[in-house]
Amino acid sequence: MENELRNAIRELLTQKQVDVVIGYGKVGVDGAIGALFITDPSEVDAMVWNDECRQNLAVHLTRPEVKALGKAAIVVKPCDARAIVVLANEAQIDRDNLVVISAPCTGVKKADASGHKTDELEKKCLSCVEHVPQNVDVVVGATDAAQALDAQNQEVAQNRSAGHQTRLAELRAKSPEERFDFWKKEFDRCIRCYACRQNCPLCYCRRCVADKNRPVRIDSSASLKGNFAWNILRAFHLAGRCIGCGACANACPAGIELDLLNLTLANAAQDQFGYVSGKTLGEAPLIGTYDTTDKEEFIR
Amino acid sequence: MNSETTKNDSFEPKIIAFVCNWCTYLGADLAGTNRLEYPANIRIIRLPCTGRIDFNLIVKAFEIGADAVLVSGCHPGDCHYTAGNFHARRRWGLFRELLQTVGVDMQRVNFSWISAAEGAKFQKLVTEIVEKTRQLGPYTAYHDVVEKA
Repeated sequence: MENELRNAIRELLTQKQVDVVIGYGKVGVDGAIGALFITDPSEVDAMVWNDECRQNLAVHLTRPEVKALGKAAIVVKPCDARAIVVLANEAQIDRDNLVVISAPCTGVKKADASGHKTDELEKKCLSCVEHVPQNVDVVVGATDAAQALDAQNQEVAQNRSAGHQTRLAELRAKSPEERFDFWKKEFDRCIRCYACRQNCPLCYCRRCVADKNRPVRIDSSASLKGNFAWNILRAFHLAGRCIGCGACANACPAGIELDLLNLTLANAAQDQFGYVSGKTLGEAPLIGTYDTTDKEEFIR
Repeated sequence: MNSETTKNDSFEPKIIAFVCNWCTYLGADLAGTNRLEYPANIRIIRLPCTGRIDFNLIVKAFEIGADAVLVSGCHPGDCHYTAGNFHARRRWGLFRELLQTVGVDMQRVNFSWISAAEGAKFQKLVTEIVEKTRQLGPYTAYHDVVEKA
């Protein structure tokens, strides 16, 4: 698969169909995998594709310095392709001016605290039913194994009975007081580095409301007060938009389970409005549209 | 920051109401002109439309010492700006789920539609919320979070 991907990229670059390719490469400390920007066909062999490609590279597409590089091609995991659909639907990228390359996926492995690969699959992969790329321009490799995985996970996905869904169900089964205490402990560790925001492909505001200080919307110090406000705000700004890539939780140096907040909203969007973000190109955002028959049993 | 206490030390809840300019605010006004009495525990903040009521305001209200909040606007179809309340309704439905996961006491977060003609409904609802919050007591769980700051 890796070689086929390299060939596809090499072809795009040599034929000058794109100016830059955003792919995975061993760019970090100890060969940790991150974004690799390739502009020269001779550099293509540095690109990798394996079960350590955790990051969602779509985060780079909205950055002005990346847009300045010219027409781009991007390598994404099938699940991450949904982020590109949302970005296009929200008019943040010109989808016609972008080549999305993907390959069938068989899941990515978790990293331990020091960033080294473990044998465990990522939580989100345990209930993933999108191993086969959708809404992409180029698909490389055979989809048989990925299709089998999709079929295998269909039931747990439906029942929300695996991975981070189980974690959320456990949390929701507790009393509100216990839940509040749980988040108190979690948010107490938050140092407000905003890595969650920077790594999120859909947190693209040039100037985040958390950085605005006239007036101060949320306390900018890393206190519980500000941490509650910030984490609620971050999660809710992704309501009906988050695609569940888990980049926020993976980036969090304090190991806060931020994905549970986003998962809550994704589940709610599906339950209340039958909406799954990033599935359909050209679809209107969930918040920003309305229906006169929306539920309102909680309104008196 | 502490919730108010009267001379005999009974707890007086602080309620912050975010209301829209065109319906609920006028409903509250009507309650006043009709001399309908309701508890003075409610602090009304008037906004142009329920569509303008940022979810962050609810969080902020608890931060500054509210024991409960009320968010209220025009009935569906009555919005001065045609659809502000429809947009708001969709957001609240999602926001409530998030608050539940975070563990915020949902008995303290109230939503309602009150039209400009429903002074009596406003009186009844406010009385109800104040009574319920009085029973629940001060929202110390969230206020503690702020005081530790």
